[in-house]
Amino acid sequence: MKKNPLSAQLDFNPEDFLPATDEEKQSLVVMRESVSFWKDGVRRLLKNKIAMASAFVLVLIMIFSFVLPNFWPYTYEQQIKGSESLKPFTYSEEEQARIDAGEDVFPHIMGTDSLGRDYAVRVMIGSRVSLTVGMVAAVIILVIGASFGSIAAFFGGWVDIIMMRIVDIIYTIPELLLIILLSVTLEEPLDMLALKPGFGWMQTIGTNMISIFIVFALLYWVGMARMVRSQILVLKESEYVTAARALGAKTGRIIKNHLLTNCIGTLIVMTTLQIPSSIFTESYLSFLGMGVQAPMPSLGSLAGFAINGLNSYPYLLFIPAVLISLIILSFNLFGDGLRDAFDPKLKS
Amino acid sequence: MLKYIAKRLVMAAVTIFTVATLTFLLMNMIPGGPFNAEKALTPQAKAALEAKYGLDKPLSERYVTYMKGALRLDFGDSLKQRGRTVMSIITTKFPVSAKVALIGVAVAICIGVPLGCISALNRGKIIDNVIIVGATCGIAIPGFVVCTVMLYVFGVYLKILPTMGLSTAANYVMPVIGIAFYPTAYITRLMRSSMLDVLGQDYIRTAKAKGLSQVVQLFKHAMRNAILPVVTYVGPMLAYVLTGSFIVEKIFTVPGLGGEFIKCIQGQDYPVIMGTTIFLATIMVLMNVLVDVVYTIIDPRIKLK
Repeated sequence: MKKNPLSAQLDFNPEDFLPATDEEKQSLVVMRESVSFWKDGVRRLLKNKIAMASAFVLVLIMIFSFVLPNFWPYTYEQQIKGSESLKPFTYSEEEQARIDAGEDVFPHIMGTDSLGRDYAVRVMIGSRVSLTVGMVAAVIILVIGASFGSIAAFFGGWVDIIMMRIVDIIYTIPELLLIILLSVTLEEPLDMLALKPGFGWMQTIGTNMISIFIVFALLYWVGMARMVRSQILVLKESEYVTAARALGAKTGRIIKNHLLTNCIGTLIVMTTLQIPSSIFTESYLSFLGMGVQAPMPSLGSLAGFAINGLNSYPYLLFIPAVLISLIILSFNLFGDGLRDAFDPKLKS
Repeated sequence: MLKYIAKRLVMAAVTIFTVATLTFLLMNMIPGGPFNAEKALTPQAKAALEAKYGLDKPLSERYVTYMKGALRLDFGDSLKQRGRTVMSIITTKFPVSAKVALIGVAVAICIGVPLGCISALNRGKIIDNVIIVGATCGIAIPGFVVCTVMLYVFGVYLKILPTMGLSTAANYVMPVIGIAFYPTAYITRLMRSSMLDVLGQDYIRTAKAKGLSQVVQLFKHAMRNAILPVVTYVGPMLAYVLTGSFIVEKIFTVPGLGGEFIKCIQGQDYPVIMGTTIFLATIMVLMNVLVDVVYTIIDPRIKLK
């Protein structure tokens, strides 16, 4: 058929509709390997020198507090008679006699306290307590905050209004005041509960520690809940949620598998940044004598006790003080690095 | 505007009511009552004491009585300091704490804001890095560490500052630094990031293009906008400063409400603990409302819901 020279019709050849050859297909394959969310985040994190340095410091501190005490010849509650208030690397007369007799006596690297307890191992256990409190509290806050926030956002309407009013009220409560109050009042009921059969585990953890966890669980989750809610409000409008609903997925499944997994970056960052602030609060309470129970040390209580002997034994104060600042600083910097890597939107 | 203030005040009232109720319930949850610690009380004496403090009545009745009293700012009598009401303890001790706290807040703002500005204006230079590193470390160091290290260095080692009481101006130095340390670092960071944000805005370019002097640009256009986030931080800062004063006052033996509160907790003086908690919570909540209202006034861009 002859073509009208003015026609706007395109010229098609039958060859244009042939299946592509393998060679042609090859040229369309994207050369770069697909980068998953995790890989991308980890790559960015590894590039961040400050975050990696603080992660390294944190690993060192964790080895120091979780591994080292197992190999230490002294325990944190062991009172060595005659070795009270020794300066670092000094020995009591008895220990000196044993050294002279050819025995190996492990040096008190950081000296001993006024009850003759090796200070190095007390600092290790103290930082173990502080780290544990920080991390367990962060997990508790994550669980409560994420479920509360996601439920409020997902159901919306009056459920959301009521739940967020509760959050608003808790948010405006000066939490430290109530924390102090709670740790005072929870002490006795928990002690009594710990004596009952079946609650023996409470004594091994320490009732004060449990009351600190309860306090954190009650008051500190509101920030997390707000953040999760705002994210899920956006996410729940997305198509995959509608698709999941159309396929008959239950509410719990949608929240767990679709909504929360999609704000995992925010969750990780918020949880990490929660750790230092929990450690901060725990050390504050312990310093005032309302934290963990003696003889269990925590960095805050070690510093609190050291004030009384500040004239003669300033290092008893400086060691836990420096360590706690280092822990909080490293967690802050690492959390910032995580935020930059996994959730750059959060940066404000 | 009035509607907004009214709404905030209602919210504040609910919060304060919640705090008061929680405080009351918690303090009455303690098994045994406050007189168990006292040795060898005859049953009659104990009953008489309980009758005097109204502890023989049922919980609901005590709650109503307590809340009615609290509305009239009457929190009952102290258990340990005989003959003193809780309110008289608060009114004598709180001004001391408030003075230290307000000086601390003023110091934090006066140092933090300029430091943040300097840092933002010299972005990427050495001075910026120094300030940022300092502020980052400042946020990580707990208040008690700052206070105790100062106590050792200036009070014990160098012996240039008094370590106890508040009798002279020099006594104020360490408590004020101890209180202002964290807020200063926080404000510096806040000011830096908001200043950097503002400096990138179009209206600053316009101001530059108009040929305004550096001073007018900086103070009239940049600062006034950049300082807004700092204003919102004043509320939380006050809460931090007031609770931080517990530690500072304990370490430096300041005769304020914070130190008193700690003493009462150790001495289990429940009415004082309750009264102080409710009192401080009320102040913090009201300050937050005030700050929010002021914020909406000074920032006309904010639309009230």
